[in-house]
Amino acid sequence: MTVGGATVEFEKIRKTYGDFVAVDDFTLTTEPGEFVTLLGPSGSGKTTVLNMLAGFTDATAGDIRVNGQSVLSVPTEKRNVGMVFQHYSLFPHMSVLDNVAFPLRMRSVARAEARDRALKALAMVQLESTADRMPDQLSGGQKQRVAFARGVVFEPPVLLMDEPLGALDLKLREAMQLELKQIHKTVGCTIIFVTHDQSEALTLSDRIVVMRDGRIEQVDTPNRIYDRPANKFVAEFIGQTNFFALESEPSTGAGNLPELGSSIPLPESIDARAGGDWWVSVRPEKILRIAEGAERGINFDAAIDEALFLGNEVHYQASLPGGRQLQFREQRGPDTPLLARQAAVRLGFDYSDAIPVADTHPASA
Amino acid sequence: MPAHSFRLLSLGIGIVKLLRSSDWLIVPGVLLLAFFFVAPTVEIALSSIFDEGLTGKHFERFATKGAYVEVFRRTLVRSVWIGILCVLIGYPIAYFIVHRSLRTQVFLMLLILVPLWTSILIRTYAWMVVLGREGIVNNALIWLGLIDKPLRMMFTTGAVYVAMIQILLPIAVIACYSAMTEIDRTLPRAAKVLGASPWKAFRHVFLPLSLEGALTSFVIVFMLSMGFFITPALVGGRKDAMLANVIAHNVEQLNWGFASALALLLLVATIIVIVVVRLLANRFVGVRSVGMAP
Repeated sequence: MTVGGATVEFEKIRKTYGDFVAVDDFTLTTEPGEFVTLLGPSGSGKTTVLNMLAGFTDATAGDIRVNGQSVLSVPTEKRNVGMVFQHYSLFPHMSVLDNVAFPLRMRSVARAEARDRALKALAMVQLESTADRMPDQLSGGQKQRVAFARGVVFEPPVLLMDEPLGALDLKLREAMQLELKQIHKTVGCTIIFVTHDQSEALTLSDRIVVMRDGRIEQVDTPNRIYDRPANKFVAEFIGQTNFFALESEPSTGAGNLPELGSSIPLPESIDARAGGDWWVSVRPEKILRIAEGAERGINFDAAIDEALFLGNEVHYQASLPGGRQLQFREQRGPDTPLLARQAAVRLGFDYSDAIPVADTHPASA
Repeated sequence: MPAHSFRLLSLGIGIVKLLRSSDWLIVPGVLLLAFFFVAPTVEIALSSIFDEGLTGKHFERFATKGAYVEVFRRTLVRSVWIGILCVLIGYPIAYFIVHRSLRTQVFLMLLILVPLWTSILIRTYAWMVVLGREGIVNNALIWLGLIDKPLRMMFTTGAVYVAMIQILLPIAVIACYSAMTEIDRTLPRAAKVLGASPWKAFRHVFLPLSLEGALTSFVIVFMLSMGFFITPALVGGRKDAMLANVIAHNVEQLNWGFASALALLLLVATIIVIVVVRLLANRFVGVRSVGMAP
């Protein structure tokens, strides 16, 4: 089963409940067949966006178009979008096969054909053998796959997934992520996926929409989001990072890092004196140990507080002489010695690995 | 070890196990039911067939007197109807309540419960005040000029129906409501996004999942109506007597054997109706299956 994906356009979507603004100024256009993830902490409005596209909630303002057609006045059942819910929402009184056939039966597909197509969808998730069972006889992972088969069996151009892996344990979740990627490749529908798990978003998505307080903070590919976060919130929410305060020097155009006693060159576009606080974000794997006599852009001394040994990698926590703590990571081979606690090290990172970010929401400080 | 001491030992272990687990908590309940429910029921069953030796005369008297058969038939038919009407009225009320906010639900369920705190006798008297010759309804209709003479509403079959339904309705609502609160709220939503119109989502998802509650409510209302006694006696006419009224009359006359036979018939009929309703309902549930996998 291959389905062409749809273009979904959100245009200045706004949703308010009384005085509370759940979603504001949400504008986004998906490519056909794209895997787009809405990522944000709980209460960031990501599920509300999904519910507006599904038709469970009305938008206060703005427009949502699927393949150019506005869907806001179309009732939920006629929107032709598939959906997979966090807690599966399988119908407990129907067999697995009848659950998967349900969307087809609701579209008046004849019983024999509905049965064949439902079996094919179950085969896609490797669950044909459970067709005659009832949902409560399945494991969590199996239920999730049945829910997925049910969501795509009628070949919807858009599939919505609301934290679909949230109820599974870590190992199963990782296995399901791989499977989901493969199935997405075969089915080809546009997927809009909601999660608060940043590593899941990085693994699965073509593009990630990072949301906070109902607004979009950044829309970009996973690697751009990770490498070039738009602001401090995104840098902090995606992956781990170290922040160092940044003060710009008007005369030289350089930025001071008082905690490290160094300065970095800044592009002219950044004016760290204006508005909110500025920081540089440096990922733990970008901070390296410096050999005797060598130099990097920024160099400083630190003492090891704690070492977490992870096999191929060691995660260190270290303190600067002033007491401020930072994280760094080291890839290791068989001959790499582990640093002991309290060991003195010289660390450094390149200018290009220090990403200047602004703290754009004063409210979140 | 001799066999009997082994048996004694295992009995001892059994008792210790019982006392250790919390299962012994059921013992008082079992004893209570054994003494005050099972024993009297057996006593009634026996006294219907033993009257100075084994006899079928009480059942023969029932079968040969048309009046008794008629009362029996009336009781059965009326109870089935009251069960059906209470479900038909109570189910939508429960549906309405369960779809309100939690706060409103608590308030509305309180309103449903209040009448249950009032005794059946008092509620029946209240209906006499409402339906009587000089009652509220008649006075209102005359005042509005819709009728000249008071309507005869008391001591009619209609009055029995209205009063019994009003008395039993809260129970039907509660049974339906509690079943509906068990339904996962995302299921009707899932049905809709998968292409079911509101009616189909109700018919294929909500209704089958709440049918158990509707059945329970029918069964409880039906059972209670089968034994109704005060209400038909007070607001019904002479032709509205139900089996419980006839049993009471026979007990007053000290016809214990015949009263027991009638009581046994009532019990058996109730059980049969409940079983039949369950069987019918099981066939009716759900969307037509697309069948089994090959």
